[in-house]
Amino acid sequence: MKFAASILLTALLSFIICLYMDWWAIAIIAFVVAILIQQPPLQSFLTGFIALLLLWGGLAWWINMKNEGVLAHKMAVLLPFGGSAFLMILVTALMGALVSGCAALAGSYARKKK
Amino acid sequence: MKIIPFSISAFVCILLVLVFGTKLILPAPLAVLLSPQHGVWQNAEPADVNYSMDLSFPQLKSKSEVYFDDRLVPHVFAENDEDAFFIQGYLHAKFRLWQMEFQTHAAAGRLSEIMGDKIGSLDVLNKVDRYFRRLGMGYSAEKSLRVIEADSSTRMMCDAYAAGVNAWIQSLTRSQLPLEYKLLGYQPEAWSNLKTALFIKYMAFDLAGGESDFEFTAAKNALSKIDFEALVPIRPDSLDPIVPKGTVFDAPGVVVKAPASADSLYLNFMKDTGATFPVLPMKPDKENGSNNWAVNGKKTRSGYPILCNDPHLGLNLPSLWYEMQIRTPHYNAYGATFPSAPGVIIGFNDSCAFGVTNAGRDVRDYYAIQFRDASRTSYLYNGSWRQTEFRIEHIKIKGKPEFTDTVAYTVFGPVIFDDTYANRSNDGKSYAVRWKAHDPSNEVKMFYQLDRAKNYNDYLEAIKNLHTPGQNCAFAAKNGDIAIWCQGEFPAKWKRQGDFVMPGTDSSYKWQGMIPQSENPHMLNPERNFISSANQFPADTTYPYYLGGSFPNYRGWIINKRLYQMADITPQDMMDLQTNNYNVFAEMARPVLIKNMNEAAFNADEKKYWDIFKEWNLRSDTGETAPVVFSVLWDFLEKEVWTDDLGRIKTTAVPYPSSLLEGILRDSAFKFLDNINTPQKETLPDVLAAAFKKAVPVIKKAEADGKASWAKFKDTHISHLTKLPALSRMHLPIGGGTHIINATKADHGPSWRMVVSLTPETEAYGVYPGGQNGNPGSAYYDSFIDTWANGKYYQLWIMKKGDVADKRVKFKMMFSN
Repeated sequence: MKFAASILLTALLSFIICLYMDWWAIAIIAFVVAILIQQPPLQSFLTGFIALLLLWGGLAWWINMKNEGVLAHKMAVLLPFGGSAFLMILVTALMGALVSGCAALAGSYARKKK
Repeated sequence: MKIIPFSISAFVCILLVLVFGTKLILPAPLAVLLSPQHGVWQNAEPADVNYSMDLSFPQLKSKSEVYFDDRLVPHVFAENDEDAFFIQGYLHAKFRLWQMEFQTHAAAGRLSEIMGDKIGSLDVLNKVDRYFRRLGMGYSAEKSLRVIEADSSTRMMCDAYAAGVNAWIQSLTRSQLPLEYKLLGYQPEAWSNLKTALFIKYMAFDLAGGESDFEFTAAKNALSKIDFEALVPIRPDSLDPIVPKGTVFDAPGVVVKAPASADSLYLNFMKDTGATFPVLPMKPDKENGSNNWAVNGKKTRSGYPILCNDPHLGLNLPSLWYEMQIRTPHYNAYGATFPSAPGVIIGFNDSCAFGVTNAGRDVRDYYAIQFRDASRTSYLYNGSWRQTEFRIEHIKIKGKPEFTDTVAYTVFGPVIFDDTYANRSNDGKSYAVRWKAHDPSNEVKMFYQLDRAKNYNDYLEAIKNLHTPGQNCAFAAKNGDIAIWCQGEFPAKWKRQGDFVMPGTDSSYKWQGMIPQSENPHMLNPERNFISSANQFPADTTYPYYLGGSFPNYRGWIINKRLYQMADITPQDMMDLQTNNYNVFAEMARPVLIKNMNEAAFNADEKKYWDIFKEWNLRSDTGETAPVVFSVLWDFLEKEVWTDDLGRIKTTAVPYPSSLLEGILRDSAFKFLDNINTPQKETLPDVLAAAFKKAVPVIKKAEADGKASWAKFKDTHISHLTKLPALSRMHLPIGGGTHIINATKADHGPSWRMVVSLTPETEAYGVYPGGQNGNPGSAYYDSFIDTWANGKYYQLWIMKKGDVADKRVKFKMMFSN
């Protein structure tokens, strides 16, 4: 229950804060949520990781679908994705997931008592 | 808190943020690009995007509506001129902002500011920015801007337009920036009237900057007068001038006289001092030109005139042109517009249609300057030392300190080449440039007046504003009039003035005056019932002024031949003519080539390709192999003939494309056929056989690569302005080429095709190789390209007030204040 709630909260707050701040604000959110909702370190990491994997991966996938792949097809050639829109979505998702996961991990350790 | 694990994980997190956020790999950080809420994902427009919206701006005077059709062409209904131009600026910016900024940054010599001083192997600082500034682009834009703003109509137009552009820019958030800003890592700045003036100067560079004076001077030094005249004749043989041969011209209003020293100091052939000359870092495409024609009611099925125009320019994405309709209580104009400038440029209104082709006159000359010393503070002029004026150009460079270029200005104009900039000459000369574009003028006024012109007199008043770049302006009206004026403000020159670099130590070689406007060649309602131009000479040698410049003649020749023959003309006939792939140059060359080719000595490959060439229907259509054979053979033939005589000059400006063809047509013992490096005397059969022997392996390899059909060989493509293939459209299946009415080369050709039938209900067709939305993530980015490549057109919807509920309306923007 804590796990699911913290994933949801991380994803939602990350989405909201990115409406007003730059992309790295997701680290702040993941860190704060991990402090507010105490979980074992691995679980916190997974919270941040999964939340952004779903948020960024989901957003990118949704946008790409509505766009009918027009831009991703071009960007995936320009950027080192070998023309694969899927790879571009995956890298997008992983980037957010890793940053958020590490920030959540740090939050978990910050809160953790010996 | 567990300090060590905390520190490590925090450190890793920050490290990731830095790595994903670094500008060291790409100009824009990867995370900024890929963040779904900030980066390029935001430019991935939904396929079912809805542009309908209500917008409100305090700058607007009243309400306006914009209706978009399914091609995203906006039909603007405004209550007054200012609002119309504001909305035009807003729409241009909304759909093409990056292109507008990029073009005008380039014209201003500010590319280093956004792209750095080097991109790959391109030396942006020296070959673009310093060059344009030294050419006086910014200087001349500032001068013209004063004239534009002194006229109340054009001031209103530009102010309103700029306000609209800025309204869009101000509404942008970082995540809404166009893709290219994100990729290149910068942001737009405010728009100004100066940028519109700069854009017009950029068009002047592209269209009135095609001289080859340095190259001609090098050729003059290496060749005798007779040889030079054979290679760079004053008039080609197969010329059908814009104004027909036999036209009587008035006595000239400006009588020019060559200086006394011209024969000894200037027309001094074969000096061959070994002098070298500067090379212009960038030249406009020498095929920058166009076709236009108009046929009157006696030749058409409808009984009303039809006007056609297709400007030939570099083919880029986003396209140079943006299609739109503007309707105010004063006028209703439809046509191709320039993002960066207000007005409709090539199009029509409810009374008439108008279109232009490039005049191609040499309005840029160079003068050799003698500075007193290395300080360049004074130069020799009319026997005394005259003081230079300096203009300091501050060139900002992304990521580096600013570069300062101090440019000397003389009585002629800026000193473009001297010791401080790119002077390859080995005798320490400095060159000032006198360019007609430096003279202030108000071309914006022409757009203003043409868009609302009701008749021939209005059109004539409008085009008088066109000084540079000179254009052959075609006109047709519903009342039956057709006309053409070879319009511009052109220097009155003596024979060969300006073909070569001129002495600049005194005033005797200066331009002695401008040709009075009324003396520009023109025609109104000619007996032959059509007017046309395709960049050929405006008139024959009886015209009382020297016509220096570059004038291809083949398209004009074939267009006139067809128009003479045609009758009962429909708009479809005109579209067929615009997309016609007939190669008249090949038609003229083939008989003499066949006559002089020794077929008995052929091997199997040579016979195969020669037969294809002989049986060819002379159309450079997409799937034909013969155009490949002819093109490769002719290239090798030119090398075979010219390399020995001209190789040391190293220029492609000499000779003219017509020189070889006309040389061998006139006389198969054409002097240049002989290879001066060999003891024997080569003849046409020898040279032709040698060229063909070299050509066949190239053709064979093309065939093996699957490229022996004309479209694949030519490989027409439309490149994004950054040249990135991912954002471009490559390998387009279209025929045509140089000297052909459908003048489509690899990256240059008909950038807009328009056919307008001036019936009471105007019937118009148009297409351009691009799309209305400059966003590569939009479905509207390149939506017209396939239609254009297939030689098809769209019927242009001239929307009326009552059409509001028409099902062709896809989106609606309501503007209010």
